[in-house]
Amino acid sequence: MADEKKYTTVSIPKPLYDKIKKRIEGTGFTSVSDYVTYVLREVLASLEEEEKEEVFTEEEEEKVKERLRALGYLD
Amino acid sequence: MVSKPHGGKLVRRLVAERTRERILSEQKEYPSVKIDHGRAIDLENIAHGVYSPLKGFLTSDDFQSVLNHMRLSDDTPWTIPIVIDIVEKTFDVGDAVLLYYEDIPIARMHVEEIYTYDKKEFAQKVFKTTDPNHPGVAKVYSLGKYLVGGEIELLNEVPNPFAKYTLRPVETRILFKERGWRTIVAFQTRNAPHVGHEYVQKAALTFVDGIFINPVLGKKKKGDYKDDVIIKAYETLFEHYYPKNAATLATVRYEMRYAGPREAIHHAIMRKNFGATHFIVGRDHAGVSDYYGPYEAWDMFENFPDLGITPMFIREAFYCRKCGGMVNAKICPHPKEFHVHISGTKLRKMIMAGEQPPEYMMRPEVYKVIRSFEKPFVE
Ligand SMILES: [Zn+2]
Repeated sequence: MADEKKYTTVSIPKPLYDKIKKRIEGTGFTSVSDYVTYVLREVLASLEEEEKEEVFTEEEEEKVKERLRALGYLD
Repeated sequence: MVSKPHGGKLVRRLVAERTRERILSEQKEYPSVKIDHGRAIDLENIAHGVYSPLKGFLTSDDFQSVLNHMRLSDDTPWTIPIVIDIVEKTFDVGDAVLLYYEDIPIARMHVEEIYTYDKKEFAQKVFKTTDPNHPGVAKVYSLGKYLVGGEIELLNEVPNPFAKYTLRPVETRILFKERGWRTIVAFQTRNAPHVGHEYVQKAALTFVDGIFINPVLGKKKKGDYKDDVIIKAYETLFEHYYPKNAATLATVRYEMRYAGPREAIHHAIMRKNFGATHFIVGRDHAGVSDYYGPYEAWDMFENFPDLGITPMFIREAFYCRKCGGMVNAKICPHPKEFHVHISGTKLRKMIMAGEQPPEYMMRPEVYKVIRSFEKPFVE
């Protein structure tokens, strides 16, 4: 059981399915599901990339800059 | 913009000073677990976000998912199991334990799960072999019967003779920002640089704002360059041959697994957390002996469209007598007899014999600085 990843089913229009099936012929993709998973991961990753996130506070940034200057990484 | 941390958020597992003091004053009340150096630096890497999004050692769900799918159970790409083992159960699920490295309490761990696992399966899936001669496999076989999953908090840094050169992701991110670098290529190394390395790095640097040379310090094999030799050699190379504002050097501590293609992905993830946007994937990256094909690591990246860092595949460089310079197989049309490959082993032998390598193999300044060490290699 632990070996199996949990999968779910989503519906896509049959003509789209057929198109994809045709498209992946001769590629490394062995199934429409694999291809759809691949594409969705790619799309999600590119969406997430645009969401900016600050990982540190201004105060922390000043402290880090001080250390970087002391170590010679920054002038 | 520098890369987003892997999994979206830079993990920080440090405790407030007062909490730390309290935990340390009560340390006798916690069950204790002794850990080796490799696990201690894993802890440090978790705590400082080098392994983001991990907040601790893997639970069995994540462990199985990493083995079977090269992803955490939430689908985040992750290829190397980061685990901690015990020989027997001396504490229970729900306990908090202290992890000690050489009598220093390094971290507190909240035990979420204690589970058994199949060593052969671990070896086969991660290393693609069950051969005990493979150093990574041997390490797996030496582990205790149980793995322990749970989140950690860092209490003490692991002693580090190169603290000055060891930057954390929060620091490199600010450094890159301050330097105005929007695209950064990371280079992983365990060697003093020869001209072949320089060629690969500069070929990559042509396309981005800055290069981040990130030597891995950690366990060494006999014959490897010592850590301070690698650092000094790069400093010298930077001083004489690199543009001041386009290159930076900082080390990371990490124990090599030699898992080839899987580990190449892991190396890329670590550099993504440091803020790099690109990563140079070498020939036989993170391989050992001939367990993996020379370009297997390159192919592996095709499985991760959502990795969030761009691999750069730059072919190994060699000197071509006909071209009269450093080239690679893609750009040189000449037959093999004109090619001089730079072998690390051969260079080491020359250096040991006090014989200066030709300038197309190693920069004279670099040779000089290596020779200034009485014993540049691990014995
Ligand atoms: Zn040529």
